[in-house]
Amino acid sequence: MTNAPHISVQNLNVQIGNNLILKDVNINIPDKKVTSIIGPSGCGKTTLLKTFNRLLDNTADVKISGKVLVDGENIYDPGAEVTHIRKKMGLLSQRPFPLPMSIYDNIAYGPRIHGTTKRKDLDQLVEHYLRATGLWDEVKDRLHSSATRLSIGQQQRLCLARGLAVEPEIILGDESTSALDPVSTQKIEELFLELKEKYTIVLVTHILRQARRVSDYIIFVYMGRIIEFGPTEEVLLNPQEELTREYVKGFIS
Amino acid sequence: MRRRKFEEQFFKLLMVLSTIVVAGSLFLIVGTIVVKGLPYMSLDMLTKTPEGGFYSGKEGGVLNAIIGSLYIAGGATILGLIISIPVAIYINLYLKGKSFIPNTVRMCFDVLFGIPSIVYGAFGFILMIYLGMRASLLGGIIAVTLLVIPILIRTLDEIISTVPRELHDAALSLGATRWEASKVVLRHIIPGIITAILLSFGRAIGDVAAVMFTAGFSDNIPASLGEPAASLPLAIFFQLSSPSAEVQGRAYASAFILTVIVLVITVLANILSKRFSKHKI
Ligand SMILES: Nc1ncnc2c1ncn2[C@@H]1O[C@H](COP(=O)(O)OP(=O)(O)OP(=O)(O)O)[C@@H](O)[C@H]1O
Ligand SMILES: [Mg+2]
Repeated sequence: MTNAPHISVQNLNVQIGNNLILKDVNINIPDKKVTSIIGPSGCGKTTLLKTFNRLLDNTADVKISGKVLVDGENIYDPGAEVTHIRKKMGLLSQRPFPLPMSIYDNIAYGPRIHGTTKRKDLDQLVEHYLRATGLWDEVKDRLHSSATRLSIGQQQRLCLARGLAVEPEIILGDESTSALDPVSTQKIEELFLELKEKYTIVLVTHILRQARRVSDYIIFVYMGRIIEFGPTEEVLLNPQEELTREYVKGFIS
Repeated sequence: MRRRKFEEQFFKLLMVLSTIVVAGSLFLIVGTIVVKGLPYMSLDMLTKTPEGGFYSGKEGGVLNAIIGSLYIAGGATILGLIISIPVAIYINLYLKGKSFIPNTVRMCFDVLFGIPSIVYGAFGFILMIYLGMRASLLGGIIAVTLLVIPILIRTLDEIISTVPRELHDAALSLGATRWEASKVVLRHIIPGIITAILLSFGRAIGDVAAVMFTAGFSDNIPASLGEPAASLPLAIFFQLSSPSAEVQGRAYASAFILTVIVLVITVLANILSKRFSKHKI
């Protein structure tokens, strides 16, 4: 890694109720690369991802200690502005959740709350981001009909476009293709590869093949600890740790 | 094979018959009201208060009861919403994860839901005697509020529990404040809230037992919360028990008015909730 890390996690511990979910996590996520987080179910992948945009704050009985530096600033600093931090990150969840409004308004929602109100500017933004996610030709004739009438794959791309419209620096994806058919999955993966020119991307995935296809680096998490971190090929094909080897065994053979 | 086919046919027939019975009764009820009430309908019925006493009076109209009913049902629904919304939000959002308390609360409201309205009336009456109040618009509103709260809470509870948590998170992760994110969720549940309001208003405006002792009755339109207020169901009751055929006929005209009010509200609520549910997930 030559560049400075985009996200730097230092001594992060997350406790929910009496359970320690993340244990002493230290990681540097490289700038403008795709990093995948892999690991068995319940190991804390989603939790780790949510600490990056402070979505975990709203969980009951949660205690977070340690630092998460984004562009060198600690987002858990008491003075940090939560909405500003979240604006830097686009989140793509497992299933698409279009806002209960039209396709146009879904994309325009973010820019609007951040102060873009001129119709012409919004029109431009909407078209730009719908094109960026390959949706424009599919929906340009029904921009003002309900977003919920799109197919699931289209909805997921809409959610990505909606996230990009607030001009984030980082895209977080939590199993963003697990509800999609193979064709839609491929489209989203291609988008990730395109987008890494401009954005830092962090993905949670259960599919090792997908991790290999799209990511530059892989983080292997096991029971709340980071076991291994390295370039994709190395982690998948030549893991250093016994636990990682065990997990990717099926993949190597 | 033949038995299964027969069963299928039999239950299909049963369903068709039941539907006919239900639709037929509705038609008969509305028909009776229209046939018997329409001859006694006049502009006076809608625009004047009764003249010459309700019991034997044939002059004037039932404006006092129309206004009284709207005041009571509207007041009770608004007051009910003010109380129910926080309760519904509390048991859904703040007590999340604990299941004992919310379920107990839900059961309590189910029990309250099943209590006949006369009990609420009697309870309201005792409360009023205790407070030294006399039968009044306020007393009626309070008793009817008690009646509609279980309906409102249970419906709102149902609606809020279907909101996907991710919707809130989706708005937050776009940089929305908590309030802005809540507005998105609100958009999602508005159709449900309209339905809840409609159910509550319909129950409130049609109920007789809760207002009988608490709101009292008056030939005048109440000018303040402390004055007694008439209501349409009670007016119908008094008019029907009159020996005069003409006054009895006016009872059907009053019933006609009540039915039309409920109908208008139903249609309005339907249109509104359609408009808002356009974008529902
Ligand atoms: N709100 C919560 N309250 C209590 N425990 C929680 C909460 N959220 C997560 N956990 C626990 O934290 C642990 C990690 O959960 P997390 O969702 O991060 O796992 P994951 O790696 O994303 O799993 P999956 O691959 O199945 O999505 C789990 O043991 C889970 O039970
Ligand atoms: Mg997960």
